[in-house]
Amino acid sequence: MASTMLSIASATPSASLSMHEKLKGKVKLGSTTNSTAGFIKTKSFGRVSMVAAVNVSRFEGVTMAPPDPILGVSEAFKADTDEKKLNLGVGAYRTEELQPYVLDVVKKAENLMLERGENKEYLPIEGLAAFNKVTAELLFGADNSVLKEQRVATVQGLSGTGSLRLAAALIERYFPGAKVLISSPTWGNHKNIFNDARVPWSEYRYYDPKTVGLDFEGMIADIKAAPGGSFILLHGCAHNPTGIDPTPEQWEKIADVIQEKNHIPFFDVAYQGFASGSLDNDASSVRLFATRGMELLVAQSYSKNLGLYAERIGAMNVVCSSSDLAARVKSQLKRLARPMYSNPPVHGARIVANVVGNPALFDEWKAEMEMMAGRIKNVRQKLFDSLSAKDKSGKDWSFILRQIGMFSFTGLNKAQSDNMTNKWHVYMTKDGRISLAGLSLAKCEYLADAIIDSYHNVS
Amino acid sequence: MSSGGHGSATDRRLNALFRHLSSSARMDPQQLNSIAASPTSANQNDSVFSHVVRAPEDPILGVTVAYNKDPSPLKLNLGVGAYRTEEGKPLVLNVVRKAEQQLVNDRSRVKEYLPIVGLAEFNKLSAKLILGADSPAIRENRVTTVQCLSGTGSLRVGAEFLARHYHQRTIYIPQPTWGNHPKVFTLAGLSVKSYRYYDPATRGLNFQGLLEDLGSAPAGAIVLLHACAHNPTGVDPTLQQWERIRQLMRSKGLLPFFDSAYQGFASGSLDSDAQSVRMFVADGGECFIAQSYAKNLGLYGERVGALSIVCKTADVAGRVESQVKLVIRPMYSNPPIHGASIVAAILRDRDLFNEWTFELKAMADRIISMRQKLFDALRARGTPGDWSHIIKQIGMFTFTGLNPQQVAFMTKDYHIYMTSDGRISMAGLSSKTVPHLADAIHAAVTLVS
Repeated sequence: MASTMLSIASATPSASLSMHEKLKGKVKLGSTTNSTAGFIKTKSFGRVSMVAAVNVSRFEGVTMAPPDPILGVSEAFKADTDEKKLNLGVGAYRTEELQPYVLDVVKKAENLMLERGENKEYLPIEGLAAFNKVTAELLFGADNSVLKEQRVATVQGLSGTGSLRLAAALIERYFPGAKVLISSPTWGNHKNIFNDARVPWSEYRYYDPKTVGLDFEGMIADIKAAPGGSFILLHGCAHNPTGIDPTPEQWEKIADVIQEKNHIPFFDVAYQGFASGSLDNDASSVRLFATRGMELLVAQSYSKNLGLYAERIGAMNVVCSSSDLAARVKSQLKRLARPMYSNPPVHGARIVANVVGNPALFDEWKAEMEMMAGRIKNVRQKLFDSLSAKDKSGKDWSFILRQIGMFSFTGLNKAQSDNMTNKWHVYMTKDGRISLAGLSLAKCEYLADAIIDSYHNVS
Repeated sequence: MSSGGHGSATDRRLNALFRHLSSSARMDPQQLNSIAASPTSANQNDSVFSHVVRAPEDPILGVTVAYNKDPSPLKLNLGVGAYRTEEGKPLVLNVVRKAEQQLVNDRSRVKEYLPIVGLAEFNKLSAKLILGADSPAIRENRVTTVQCLSGTGSLRVGAEFLARHYHQRTIYIPQPTWGNHPKVFTLAGLSVKSYRYYDPATRGLNFQGLLEDLGSAPAGAIVLLHACAHNPTGVDPTLQQWERIRQLMRSKGLLPFFDSAYQGFASGSLDSDAQSVRMFVADGGECFIAQSYAKNLGLYGERVGALSIVCKTADVAGRVESQVKLVIRPMYSNPPIHGASIVAAILRDRDLFNEWTFELKAMADRIISMRQKLFDALRARGTPGDWSHIIKQIGMFTFTGLNPQQVAFMTKDYHIYMTSDGRISMAGLSSKTVPHLADAIHAAVTLVS
């Protein structure tokens, strides 16, 4: 078929001239003629006649998009052949041997699931009921009044990203014009999510480079200045990328100003249990707001704390002031999920439901989580010790010990971060964030050398 | 009036309450003054969500919700298109169980994030499955294949890409089509028009209407095509009709967007069911293809599918893929690994693949036999009307031609659960339940208009 068309094309000079016109970019897309009946029909649409056999792609004008700033780091790391290379890019937990880690409880749960021979029927649009129940209990505490009063709409989502996207879609539809305030800095994908969902956003001050700590005054001022009824995106614990969390007292003040301005708190909880090692402690900010009777949104992810990264398991929780409202909000979240992916994947949900719902596995999980969080704390200490010992400038590196969670915001700028990669083969994001989960005790000294060099010798 | 930080919206509502109380009752002003909104009061008027109304259940998935609530032992779920065995049970294919066992036994497996485009091996094998292993488009690297969340996710991601990068933002969908199609495309940012497809008079294809409507579409418009086993009608074009559709579409530069949810499930043959797609790809033109493994591999809940975009050149395919990634990252970052791993394990292994083709044929054959049984049962009852469309239509669904009133009657009196457009899932029938359904149809046709 194709060869017939080509031979016809070459027989008609006028056809190839029109092809040339097209290539000069005269027209975005004209029409194509394609016939296997043995003759060429050229249609003129004012400017261009086309011959199908050699026509140009409709997508010729599509430009190459840049690689994702976070996920692209791993791709660059893979391509690097230097044996000293270190991947501190994406926040995925590594063992001391720098290997990926599948939790024992996850393996046990998967074996149980296989033995039971469960079916693979569609989940309801809102996801696995057993999962939704345990995830809300894990977040709020099983005795929390918001659960007893059935005031929480919980919908299984595609990990943290998918849950945030559902919420963004809800905001776009039901709170048109309402803004989301995101911290400066925040996880790189937050703004993409709100942009694609067409939700306007602006930033509140958060990171203070001078103190390498929280700019609390700035944060409160910016939240106060936002138009009433804005959504305030808060990291429940282990702020990404800075690792800097408000203190309990500061959380109270944040709640005060949010209530005062009738803002809606919107939590991103991606590290429950992973930050301090305690599931309950890491949920205390969310629970503080819930206790005040506030309505709030909470996105959860099990990527890190259960190591279920690739299974895409999380949830969106909306705490409403009545159970009827919660039912209504849930129905609307479903209406947004259906044209996106119909219903969520079952595998990761079953794993979570099995682990959290089984007391023995749940206890085992808590122990594994303490172990993971503990390893990161040890690495922080070793890195701090190495930096303090090697750096003779007197710079205070103690922020590394004060920060919490998987990441450390080193304070390195883009040029310095580039130096880390180009000279030292240390892969990290350009905002100066390193993932301590990807660091071993054995590599702390090397990393310290790299950081000291980049900080002092590059501007 | 109130303590501690309430904004103006709350004050307005409280003032309204205050006015109401003070005008309607002989209340002590002191008492009125002490009214304050307690932070823990479950007062709907204070909710930021008070304007959110309850959405109705999804028309298709809602059928199962209603079915589950029904206590009758006679109830029959012919709503959602999920395969059932002769015993009326969900089926997990043997090859799937084998593949899963392999995965669990493999101690080197990890759960690290997949790339944004998903599992590479899965993508390659999926492209081969739909396009044919020897497809020149694949050889020439002109195809970008991206793992997505089953058919729905593939359609949504493809449509979002088109809404951003294609100059023609109208998609033509057949009338009727799967209920979720218009919502997927609209939310993706496309405008939706329809082309004539089903002819109620013949219960077959309105081919003339189809050609006329596509013929009058603006050049370059996107056209949704069901690759096989049209949902909900079960009416497919013949190969000759497909060829004419292809010629017409190419002459107008219309962009085909195939929805392939039943490859192998319709006729029992994977290759036969891919012919429409392959015909279009063979002419060197561009197209989009959404693939689902929900039905043919029974992986419904795992949400496995793929979006393939066949482009003119490898260079374009590379650029298109990079932009598709920008659609996916803010939606869910990267796709779930489990289902894709199962599919890859089966497609890459010759024995598992062969076993699959047998299981697939068995499912398709069972459905074909249900069609025959239902047809025979209606004829035996002398049910008025021509029911031959039941055996002429193909795939999981039959478009019975019953109207919403008749459907409602069947649900109420016979506990038959189906969508109100008259679509029944043959996959939900068994030899045992055919008589009950035939009775219900007979009653509906003779008693209800």
